[in-house]
Amino acid sequence: MSKSSEEEHPQKALGWAARDSSGTLSPFHFSRRENGDDDVTVKILYCGVCHSDLHTVRNDWGFTRYPVVPGHEIVGVATKVGNNVTKFKAGDRVGVGVMVGSCKTCECCQQDLENYCPRVIFTYNSHNPDGTINYGGYSDMIVVDQRYVVRFPDNLPMDAGAPLLCAGITVYSPMKYYGMTDAGKHLGIAGLGGLGHVAVKIAKAFGLKVTVISSSPSKESEAINRLGADSFLVSSDPSKMKSAIGTMDYIIDTVSAVHPLLPLLTLLKVNGKLVTVGLPNKSLELPIFPLVLGRKLIGGSDAGGMKETQEMLDFCAKHNISADIELIRMDDINTAMERLAKSDVRYRFVIDVANSLSQ
Amino acid sequence: MTRLPEEEHPNKAFGWAARDTSGVLSPFKFSRRATGEKDVAFKVLYSGICHSDLHMVKNEWGSSVYPLVPGHEIVGEVTAVGSKVQKFKVGDRVGVGCMVGSCQSCDSCTNKLENYCPKMILTYGAKYYDGTITYGGYSNNMVADEHFIVRIPDNLPLDAAAPLLCAGITVYSPLRYYGLDKPDLHVGVVGLGGLGHVAVKFAKAMGAKVTVISTSPNKKKEALEKLGADSFLVSRDQEQLQAAIGTLDGIIDTVSAQHPLLPLIGLLKTHGKLVLVGAPEKPLELPAFPLLQGRKIVGGSMIGGMKETQEMMDFAAKHSVKPDVEVIPMDYVNTAMERLLKADVKYRFVIDIGNTLKAA
Repeated sequence: MSKSSEEEHPQKALGWAARDSSGTLSPFHFSRRENGDDDVTVKILYCGVCHSDLHTVRNDWGFTRYPVVPGHEIVGVATKVGNNVTKFKAGDRVGVGVMVGSCKTCECCQQDLENYCPRVIFTYNSHNPDGTINYGGYSDMIVVDQRYVVRFPDNLPMDAGAPLLCAGITVYSPMKYYGMTDAGKHLGIAGLGGLGHVAVKIAKAFGLKVTVISSSPSKESEAINRLGADSFLVSSDPSKMKSAIGTMDYIIDTVSAVHPLLPLLTLLKVNGKLVTVGLPNKSLELPIFPLVLGRKLIGGSDAGGMKETQEMLDFCAKHNISADIELIRMDDINTAMERLAKSDVRYRFVIDVANSLSQ
Repeated sequence: MTRLPEEEHPNKAFGWAARDTSGVLSPFKFSRRATGEKDVAFKVLYSGICHSDLHMVKNEWGSSVYPLVPGHEIVGEVTAVGSKVQKFKVGDRVGVGCMVGSCQSCDSCTNKLENYCPKMILTYGAKYYDGTITYGGYSNNMVADEHFIVRIPDNLPLDAAAPLLCAGITVYSPLRYYGLDKPDLHVGVVGLGGLGHVAVKFAKAMGAKVTVISTSPNKKKEALEKLGADSFLVSRDQEQLQAAIGTLDGIIDTVSAQHPLLPLIGLLKTHGKLVLVGAPEKPLELPAFPLLQGRKIVGGSMIGGMKETQEMMDFAAKHSVKPDVEVIPMDYVNTAMERLLKADVKYRFVIDIGNTLKAA
């Protein structure tokens, strides 16, 4: 008979889990493994609410295993480190992002691209090597192999910095990989949510000219005045879109709903690059003529490797970049999820885990 | 009153033109401009038949102006050069590809990417600076600005060199731009027609392992034995597709009909690139998950700039990359077009203009 989630492992843990595709979360008792030689045990202080958490609890992508404890923007304090751990000691401020394991031997792992390892283990809803399902950061503690833990910089606020663990690396990585860091070049950012708003801040730190492309005119003032974007394009305004044709060197598309790509492709200059980091649950329509006539490309990107995640955090610390957040209590999570579904947040919910997850 | 094509310009010319959307070609008298100070005039000896010619004679893209003289894989011998021409002289073996003009001042032109210039002028069916319509290579002579003339190296036979001017550059450019030109990469080529067979040859010359991906099992033998491909994948065979998942560094997709991208994206390794050089009319479905999970790219490419076209021609001469052609007389052209429509050619028709185009 298989063990219950409380008995699978030796250390007791408490979190909030969704039990079915309604996505409603409620308290959930489970367990974590003993802290091994390579492990770091983290007392979780804050956890960001990523749109992927919402997709997962509602089984939008069709591969959720219930009960699921989401959360992969984890910031906390190391409470214990294993014998082989050299990078961290008890008391260190640390973070855990979207993955907690990989094969460590394939080409991707050897190139510090653990996120592309065919055997990557995501922070939640993935199988551990022992066959058990793992649980994410909407919980009081987590045990993680040191390779997948990052040092959290001292000058970054722990609550506002939590979203960097997913949103931050998800936009930073493609900016580096697709060569979007030449000062003075023009980057368009489609979608102004958790990912989009962090992308604006990081892009400005790279010295790029930034245009936010959004379907919500109401976001313009904040985009320009508060986030520092250079301009704002309402995607549903045909004349504004027309005047911006062929003006952008690159676009990062953070939109996770199904949406037309043609308008975005026309905004690109010749040799322009459209990088998509959102994960719609259906295929998008890709018109080929604009790609061929302008030697344009569309590429994907999915989080980033551990080395790059640390690099991104250090970059954000240097440039004082953190997310704009709304701090919530654990028991407000279901309301937060409903608001997130309507994009009613500026721009990331972060759960104050330590102060609100009651024993 | 607009002038007749014969009277527009001072130099007489004749060729074959389509008059309407039936696409049927017939003899046509017209004229070419006087050889300007920067122009190179040449006697046309061969003209390749590109599938674009077929699309254009039937006005399938909606942009055709009749009468239409197609042909943008044109080779011949120089007969006159303008006073300011530096690079060519009478008797030189030369060619002209898909374009005969561009603005020479925009970013693209400055970066030697005239093919992406918004004011690029096509070799046929386009409006030239003097307001007249350009006529292509299914004709006895040609004149073009020196900038758009390519030298054909001596060791390339002219008939085989002709298709390089469009098919050749169309596949060579993306192999370079998308970094698929390094030795020991594994490159897939989708479609084994005019473009596809040249892509196989170039990729092999660049040191790649090449897999041809095709819907036609009967092309396998030739692909392996004659063209030098290393393997052949029948794209409708699920088992073959499964076995090849995640094996390709890049794919050059030459197919212009609607076709699914998902299986091709699946064949790519992580960081792999799918490059489309054929342009299906309607959008294709792009699944986001595979693109993201493997950090893969889908890109496009269209011919190449003039500098790169010359570089491609010189590379082809050095590595003996010669298209496989079926040389035909001018009056066979309508039959050739019908056969091309059925993909019944190995792998490019080339019209023997010099020997078979008679004055109208």
